Amino acid sequence: MIKKRFVLNFPPQSGDKPLSYNLVKDYDIRINILKAEVYPGKRGSLLLEMQGKKENIEKGVKYLTDQQVICEPLDKRIHFQEDKCIDCGNCTAVCFAGALTMNKNTWKLEFDKNKCVVCELCIPACPLHLFEIDFR
Amino acid sequence: MTHIKTYEEINRKLKEGKAVVLTAEEVVEMAKTASPKEIAEKVDVVTTATFGAMCSSGAIINFGHASPPIRMEKIKLNGVPCYEGLAAVDSYIGATACDPDNPAYGGAHVIQDLLEGKDVLLEAWAKGTDCYPRKHILTKININTINEFTLFNPRNAYQNYNVAVNTTNKIIHTYMGTLLPGMRNATYSTAGELSPLLNDPEMRTIGIGTRIFLGGSQGFVIWNGTQFNTTRPKNKYDVPVTNAATIAVIGNLKEMTTEYLKAVYYEKYGVSMFIGIGIPIPILDEDMAKRVSVNNSQIETSVLDYGSPGMPKIDQVTYEELQSGYIKVKGKKVRTAPVSSLAKARTIAGELKQWLLNGQFEVTEPVQLFPKNTTVKSLKEMEADND
Repeated sequence: MIKKRFVLNFPPQSGDKPLSYNLVKDYDIRINILKAEVYPGKRGSLLLEMQGKKENIEKGVKYLTDQQVICEPLDKRIHFQEDKCIDCGNCTAVCFAGALTMNKNTWKLEFDKNKCVVCELCIPACPLHLFEIDFR
Repeated sequence: MTHIKTYEEINRKLKEGKAVVLTAEEVVEMAKTASPKEIAEKVDVVTTATFGAMCSSGAIINFGHASPPIRMEKIKLNGVPCYEGLAAVDSYIGATACDPDNPAYGGAHVIQDLLEGKDVLLEAWAKGTDCYPRKHILTKININTINEFTLFNPRNAYQNYNVAVNTTNKIIHTYMGTLLPGMRNATYSTAGELSPLLNDPEMRTIGIGTRIFLGGSQGFVIWNGTQFNTTRPKNKYDVPVTNAATIAVIGNLKEMTTEYLKAVYYEKYGVSMFIGIGIPIPILDEDMAKRVSVNNSQIETSVLDYGSPGMPKIDQVTYEELQSGYIKVKGKKVRTAPVSSLAKARTIAGELKQWLLNGQFEVTEPVQLFPKNTTVKSLKEMEADND
């Protein structure tokens, strides 16, 4: 069993298909919708956590791709310029998901991208503007 | 005082490579098993440091005279307004200055760009005089073309600072970071037991002329900082429990590095600059040993509600609690986050320690100590006519 977060971008025509239902039914994947933005007839974006057997998740991702849905692991959509980080901690103040935390020994920033819920509060909270999230 | 060491004795030991130098965190560790007397006997210097946003910072720049010369009466660097009231080609660029149309790029960014060796656009205007006939100049400058480039910060290194929370139901954006509604977070900005002025709360060794680490180079304390307040309430360990004393500092920017000076922009607040400061504290006697041994569980600070008018104090907590990740405010568990870099402060304290051990740096007896019994006035508005 693995658990992984994906960003799904739906083309306009796919909005009427019960894709997440099929992921559950056909591929035995436990899904958790963490964030959704749906603009009927235009586009839709979903942050989806999938839990299941590795091969089932791979098949599920292939199924989504076959339906013209762009499906990418969340960590590929988060861009953080770590080399420029000064470990000030401002981003940890707003990260209620616990993805951004300070290591209590080194006081350096730690970023567990798989805990991110794409609330996007870190983007303006970082005084050096080191975060970008490609969700839409 | 049973044990007295002089500045000269300490500097002689530093030069001979015989001095014992510890960081403030290391001496706190030592104090768990050693008495102030033992610490005063064994330790010569304790290094302290901080790396946080210090808005009252800026740079003095002398551009050099062009031919024909101009008496600059309005000056912009990369579009950021600079002070024009200093002779013909002297200026001061404040870290927080900006063009209101471009609020995310300010004086701190200009200073950083110059430090990084980038070209910066200088534009200046004048009425033209007999001796300075020119009325306009548009050119590029960089760190090598300007004469003096001096960091001069009127208020840095606050001795303690408050914790910020927001009890309202709306998110607010402050210099203490983004404060979530309903006290869902609390931010703090002091390095606690490593912080310079908390290690010498009476400022017996930090005064006018004190040689310090500033922005990666050597700098000096030149005056008490603005809003210098020595009459704040103190706890039983003699530590002020809110923002109190400050220092004004100066140093040669041409020797500094962006590793320890960093321009920042706070959403819906403005530009500021992270400044790296390290101060060596000579352990002259048992009293100083006792001061530097004060640890995070003994340093307290005030929790202020940044969401309410007048920012009322609603609680008091220790740095040990703040650094644990949670504090209790009015009985409620609140998640904490720092907004200054303890990791970088440790790097500075470590670097300053090396400079001292290598004999590259010495401790300085203040030329004059700071004033005592100072308070801070608020701005009382008086009736003012324009005519």
